[in-house]
Amino acid sequence: MTAPLKTKTSLRLACATVTALGALAVAACGTSYFEIPIETPIQPKLDVTPFQRVLIAGFVTGGTDDVDANQETVRLLRSQLRTKSTLKVIDADVMPLVSIAQDQQKTASTGDEGGVAPASDGDRPMALPEKIREEKDLEPYERLFANTAYWKRIGEEYQNPLIVTGTVLFTPHSRSGFVSRDVEQYDSFGRRRVVPVRTYLERKGFILRPKFVFIDGRTGATMHSESYREEVLYNSQQNTPALSSYFELMDRLVPNFLTALSSQKIRGTRVLLL
Amino acid sequence: MRLHVAVVGLSLLLLAASVSPARADARSAAKAEAQFGIDVAQRGLWREAIYRWERAIELDPTYAPAFNNLAVAYEHEGQLDKARQAYEKAIALEPQNVQIRQNYDLFKEINDRAVEDKDKP
Repeated sequence: MTAPLKTKTSLRLACATVTALGALAVAACGTSYFEIPIETPIQPKLDVTPFQRVLIAGFVTGGTDDVDANQETVRLLRSQLRTKSTLKVIDADVMPLVSIAQDQQKTASTGDEGGVAPASDGDRPMALPEKIREEKDLEPYERLFANTAYWKRIGEEYQNPLIVTGTVLFTPHSRSGFVSRDVEQYDSFGRRRVVPVRTYLERKGFILRPKFVFIDGRTGATMHSESYREEVLYNSQQNTPALSSYFELMDRLVPNFLTALSSQKIRGTRVLLL
Repeated sequence: MRLHVAVVGLSLLLLAASVSPARADARSAAKAEAQFGIDVAQRGLWREAIYRWERAIELDPTYAPAFNNLAVAYEHEGQLDKARQAYEKAIALEPQNVQIRQNYDLFKEINDRAVEDKDKP
């Protein structure tokens, strides 16, 4: 009678020891972790070391008439670069590039020097639309940025800076359709739950399509260009001023614009392990 | 019979635990370096932290946390290629480690953006 009991006890003891050892092993292997803030530096896309100054010249703009996108874009980018770049920002009058491009076209058609090069392969350049309402209206204006003689002259005027120009299209936009949103519901026991509900909504807002062109003021040649597209939609009952939508959308893409000219630090948190 | 099985099992476990004391020493030395690295990184001394975590890897090349920490430090120093390699090594060593994967995902967001920017004409 004693022997089987002893065997059982020993077995239990052995099992307990194995479990204890297992737990010890897990505890020994378990990792501790420590959260730590980091700042990752991102190098600028452009080598701006040859420049001490930057000229935000102006933009070919179109879309809604509620916002002067040329003035606002120049003002915003200058203020951002003043605080977030080592380049000295040149204070100059905002260039009315739409009328400059139109003047250049007239000059080109009369055969004078300094006119723009034709955009098409044919002899006659594409006509420049007076009003810019959509993307295709902007296309004929693109040749302005390829006019190296013109930009070289501007560069000389401002002592060879880096020149930032481009196009900005800020257009009203509306969309209707089903939208999913979370709705709070309470059951018969008073318990709260959140249920996704699909509702038909009419929404309106704006689309912002800027293209930034970076020109070497020493040569007049384009160094780099980048395009963005951002949109915002509100309930149709909501009355949001166009200017505040413009700033909301520019806020989203300004950090990307800045990475072209200056190194940025991206803040984040990581986990260190032991 | 059961007792014998249990005793044999226990002996095997103990044997396994003591198979390589050298390896255990290496791990504990690596851990000590890693701990020191964490202490100095928390005080902002990232270069020293990198040195410590590189030492930890030399001591124990299978110690995934050291590779993870090194990757974080490289990321902080802007050495993104080195960070990627270190994260990939850490994940290869511990594929199930959620924290390493989470770090790597966050890193990829930044790295992809930097690479995308470089590739733009």
